[in-house]
Amino acid sequence: MSILTYIAGWPLLAALVLIVVPRHYRVFIRAIAVLATLISAVLAVKMFAQFVPGANGYQFEQQIPWVESLGISYHVGVDGINVGLILMGAIVAFAAALCSFEIQTREKEFYILLLVMTGGILGAFASLDLFFFYFLHELALVPTFIMIGVWGRGEKKNYATFQITLYLSIGALIALIGLIALYLQSGANTFDIPKIIEHAKTNPFSVNAQNFIFPLLLFGFGILVSLWPFHSWAPLGYGVAPSPTAMLHAGVLKKFGLYGLIRIALPLLPQAAQSWAHVIAWLCVGNILYVGWVAMRQKDLNLLIGNSSVAHMGFIFLGLASLNLIGVTGAVLIMVAHGFLAALTFALSGYIYKQTGTLQISELGGLCRKLPFIGTALLMAAMAGCGLPGFANFVGEATVFFGAWKAFPTVTILALWGALVIGGIYMTRAIRNILHGPLPEKWNALTDASDTWRKLPYALLLASLLVFGFAPKLLTEKIYPDAQKIVESFKFQVSNVQSANAVPLKTEHLNLNTASIGNPQSAIPN
Amino acid sequence: MLEISVIGLGLVLMLADLFVPAERRRYIGYAAIIALGILLVASVSGNGSCGQFGTAFGGMFINDALSLFFKQLFIVAAILVLFMAAEFSDRLAAGSVAEYYSLIVFALVGMLFAASSNDFTMLFVSIELITITFYVLVSFQRSKLASLEAGVKYLILGALSSAFMVFGIALIWGTTGELNFTKLAAVAPQYADSQIFLLGVLLVLVGLGFKIAAFPFQIWAPDVYQGAPTPTTAFLAIGSKAAGFVLLLRVLFTAVPGVTAHWANLLIVISGITILYGNLCAIPQRNLKRLLGYSSIAHAGYLLLGVAALSASGQSALMYYLAGYVFTVMAAFFVITLVLRHLATEDLSGLAGLNQRSPLLAATLTIAMVSLAGIPPLAGFFGKFLLLKAVLETAQATQNHGYYCLAFIALAGVIISLYYYFGVIRAIYWSKEPEDMSVIELSAPAKVSIWVCLAGMFWLGLFPNTVLKLVTEAASALK
Repeated sequence: MSILTYIAGWPLLAALVLIVVPRHYRVFIRAIAVLATLISAVLAVKMFAQFVPGANGYQFEQQIPWVESLGISYHVGVDGINVGLILMGAIVAFAAALCSFEIQTREKEFYILLLVMTGGILGAFASLDLFFFYFLHELALVPTFIMIGVWGRGEKKNYATFQITLYLSIGALIALIGLIALYLQSGANTFDIPKIIEHAKTNPFSVNAQNFIFPLLLFGFGILVSLWPFHSWAPLGYGVAPSPTAMLHAGVLKKFGLYGLIRIALPLLPQAAQSWAHVIAWLCVGNILYVGWVAMRQKDLNLLIGNSSVAHMGFIFLGLASLNLIGVTGAVLIMVAHGFLAALTFALSGYIYKQTGTLQISELGGLCRKLPFIGTALLMAAMAGCGLPGFANFVGEATVFFGAWKAFPTVTILALWGALVIGGIYMTRAIRNILHGPLPEKWNALTDASDTWRKLPYALLLASLLVFGFAPKLLTEKIYPDAQKIVESFKFQVSNVQSANAVPLKTEHLNLNTASIGNPQSAIPN
Repeated sequence: MLEISVIGLGLVLMLADLFVPAERRRYIGYAAIIALGILLVASVSGNGSCGQFGTAFGGMFINDALSLFFKQLFIVAAILVLFMAAEFSDRLAAGSVAEYYSLIVFALVGMLFAASSNDFTMLFVSIELITITFYVLVSFQRSKLASLEAGVKYLILGALSSAFMVFGIALIWGTTGELNFTKLAAVAPQYADSQIFLLGVLLVLVGLGFKIAAFPFQIWAPDVYQGAPTPTTAFLAIGSKAAGFVLLLRVLFTAVPGVTAHWANLLIVISGITILYGNLCAIPQRNLKRLLGYSSIAHAGYLLLGVAALSASGQSALMYYLAGYVFTVMAAFFVITLVLRHLATEDLSGLAGLNQRSPLLAATLTIAMVSLAGIPPLAGFFGKFLLLKAVLETAQATQNHGYYCLAFIALAGVIISLYYYFGVIRAIYWSKEPEDMSVIELSAPAKVSIWVCLAGMFWLGLFPNTVLKLVTEAASALK
């Protein structure tokens, strides 16, 4: 048994155990949930530490045939791309389980759903089989809807639940069509991702097929990742969701779409990726600038965080669109960093909501005096959100900008503006209005997170942000070799498909290629 | 033979009606369930004549992997319906429940024959056996106006479709002189241009389209589903539909494969419109049974995807989907039978507070809805996955863009259906607390059958290997 199976399996097993536990054993139920996610997190750290950077192939692999006639198998493994994501997912899940003390009604059901969601996400990131990849993601998605619907807050709960359910289901189903089409077009008669990639090296997808499948995957996954203009579900959904759900979804589950694009779309559909790259790049501007502006106008803290989280997705897409080593590495870095950050901010806003019963920025103020720990954490999270050096986000964003500059200078300038100026404005303004200024009378009774257990989730997430901010090498040394493989197999295939299909290379394409690849030792072999 | 034993069982049940006192007649059903259970075990383990493949009665009757699969499906459905009927017996006229049981068993006989028919005569006889029993089953609650109305509607439209079918069979026989599917397949290519022959085939399809409630022959479904006693509705939704599909498979792929290949676009259009019609009309429904009636039209459309794909993988996907559909729909109707016991109508508001009244039933209905919507890890998801895969496979092989459109229509249907399936779930968990918050007591047999349905949904969603092998064999028998 691979350690990955344990990482995803413990939460699922705990969910099964909880089904038979009577509902009035409240402490016991909570203890099981926290313990299961703690074990996952510890195992994930162990796996991260044991991971050998740059080793050939996948590590901690395990494969069990499931439906042989269709070529579906349970196949898990990690390389540099998903090792960080699984670590991040497991830590965030542990933090989310710790933060779930805010849930007071129907706790048993909540913890079961939370554990199923955790197991689903971690399994989806570890999965190397197209079918399980999708299957486990859906397994994590459905509890999200139920949790938002049952434990959500505010008047718009029902509307938000329906909106997020419809949006994300549409996205997932479009991606499903894309994945099935990919399976059929590959001709490899297997759902195994490494095998399909291997097969595609000798039998690349035709340009027509690529141009048909890539948009399906891009927009299907794009909806899941709140790519502009399909983002409108996100701020409202997160605004309404209970904070553990928002932490897990915004932090971890949302990265699934991006991971799918990196893991599946880039290596398998290189030509289509190239022709769509500039579309993605310009859609990023929608995410970064437009949604950034929207965030500036928000009066509710959760809507502000939700919009800023959508804006951050733009940087990751920009990294992908640059289609070069630096950009892709940066994209993966932000995915990990933003996971910690989004979880942290939603956890903090959840704490404030729990204490005050409102998140209207105009009603808050001076909270730092009553909540020194939470306030400081929020301040640090806000600074990380606008890309202050020292936090992991800075490393990722800077890397993406270096990568993207070569491919899309105009977009990069706009994105920098969005990151530094707009992000700075709304974050500092929110901090000023919430943490500083006069303290309204009614908030005199607020209490800070006092004991260690309450402080632990925030401290853990902040520590992770700082660790990867000061030692990004921990991640980059792992991501770099595998990102290089993707970028290189990618260039190899582009030339292969081009010669196989004898499509005359357009000059503008060629320009894009050379521009995007940039570093001299990796000129296109052609 | 399986059929003879089941006929015998039906007769015994009718006789038992005479000797068993009225208050104990409810338990006759459990005897019938045990008997059917024995037959099911025999057919699964391959004892008796079930495992022997071949034809009988001059080729009219065929026993192959396909018929075996459908027979097992029908028996499972009948067993679950009998459980449901036992729970429902207090709402039937006093003492008439044994009659109800025996009618269910006779309808089952019709379905078993349908699974084995290899001849248009046999097809017609089995269809009539099913339909006529259902006329009685639908209008069984004689004191209830809705039930009678449903019975009359079903009778008129059923008779009309039978007339079409007989006419079609007559035209086919008139042009080719053959009624046997296998023999017809040999001579059919000569008549490929004969308009009268094609009209005949088309009319037979009209008759079968009525059975499966495909557009444009779906008008009866919502009314009849709403008015009929709940166990009848459940059996109609599964048994009758599956019988229509097994006959459709036999006619299209054994008798007239040449014609079918030309009619791909027709099948695509019918399938697409059926999916959209069923899903769109289900949105405003407030009556749970009516909603499931429209959703069953939509599911007929999904099942037609497997027919339209014109491939072995499409056919096996159809059968897999049906297998999952049995457990899912049975679970849903079981909950309706138990929860809405004291209500005059089956309005969605009757589900309010179900979570407090009976968590098991609330969870069961939720899981059934989620499975109908096609969300993993349940049976409905894997079935839809196989169907979509089959359609896209054919799209790729034939380069017919209609198939791509069909796949997108199917997806649109899934998304529309999420709205009303989640509406049901919302009615369970998030509606206002009703006055009646009494805990719902479940009898032991009811609990057993609910757990069977739940297990079936998860089993088919998580461990598809066994059934997938069965349906692949069954589909290969069609060649």
